[in-house]
Amino acid sequence: MKTDDLINMLASGPDVSAPKIPVRRFTLFISLGVLASIGIMMTNLGVRPNMAELIMLPAFWIKMAFVIALAGIGWITVVRLSTPGVRTAMLPALIAMPIVLIWLAATATLMNATPENRAALFLGDTWHYCSSLIAILSLPIFIAILKVMRDLAPTRLRLAGAGAGFAAGTAATLVYSFHCPEIEAPFIGFWYLIGILIPTGIGALIGPRVLRW
Amino acid sequence: MQRIPNRDEPNGNARNQSIELRLHALLVQGLAGDEAAYRDFLQASTTHLRAFLRRRLSRWPDEVEDLLQESLLAIHNQRMTYDPSAPLTAWLYAIAKYKLIDWLRRHARREMQNDVLDDENELFSTADADANEAQRDLAILLELLPEQQRAAIMHTKVDGWSVRETAVALKISEASVKVAVHRGLKTLAAKLRDES
Repeated sequence: MKTDDLINMLASGPDVSAPKIPVRRFTLFISLGVLASIGIMMTNLGVRPNMAELIMLPAFWIKMAFVIALAGIGWITVVRLSTPGVRTAMLPALIAMPIVLIWLAATATLMNATPENRAALFLGDTWHYCSSLIAILSLPIFIAILKVMRDLAPTRLRLAGAGAGFAAGTAATLVYSFHCPEIEAPFIGFWYLIGILIPTGIGALIGPRVLRW
Repeated sequence: MQRIPNRDEPNGNARNQSIELRLHALLVQGLAGDEAAYRDFLQASTTHLRAFLRRRLSRWPDEVEDLLQESLLAIHNQRMTYDPSAPLTAWLYAIAKYKLIDWLRRHARREMQNDVLDDENELFSTADADANEAQRDLAILLELLPEQQRAAIMHTKVDGWSVRETAVALKISEASVKVAVHRGLKTLAAKLRDES
């Protein structure tokens, strides 16, 4: 077939006018991923029983602001990296912003603490499994995001895979927040980030394979 | 010291700008359902994409037309990701570059290191209307599609049947005809990608 014939074929028939991005289908996928993640959290971990006490503490709200900001930025990252030719130069600064803020909060917390309390603020009671639980909870969201991305048009696949993992990780921290007993900034600013970086790294590894279109 | 203006540069930019505006207008009309405008958009884009690919694939001149067809299909299939308020050049260039890199990755891993890709402004600065024969025949690949997808594409896009006529002939709903066309072109793109 000659290229001119292909052009004539593409420019005729019922699919000339613009297809819409199937927002409802995409929303459904992502919602299913998030619901699966919430389901895993509820059945295996459960919501923190003393949530009512936690929400009285300012540290809890600093943590939630951090987690929600990251999840929002994760979403922006996925949208940007799924669209050809869109500028992405501002993404690193955007991602760095909440991280720098939580590290400032962490520094302030550690400086105000007595030296013998500092290790406890950083390690909490759950440092040895927090990050891996976040990575596990991110899995269903990760799969959903990759599926949606494949239907769009990511052009830098390694970066797009990392972006998908990052977004899934941030969403998973939001889910995990309802179980996690830790609220201190030194803990959140490190172990949560590690939890997010695990799917981010996996995404960078598998992106070129699974996102090809 | 005053910078001596490069005489080619402003002219070149102005020309690129006017191509951008023209192609953008054609695509927007096309996205609204204007077949002639969409055909003009694809044809004009093709000359720029061909020149772009020919330069990049100077070592594989026979591959240019195949990769061009793959890029056109990609542009068509993913055009819902184009935001009409964003520059068209950047969008087209990103897709062409993606398809090129994907091809190079499959065929010439080593060549990639030497092949520096320039910026998007280069895309509209050259045009090439001289088509080679494609090596791979899309018509043959079309035959390999699932029967319903193949028939829906052939009737509505080649034979010039209406969606209703096609629906009656295939004994499916009109909505299913449209879905079959859409899926068929996606399947075709996947075959192109995996086969070459």
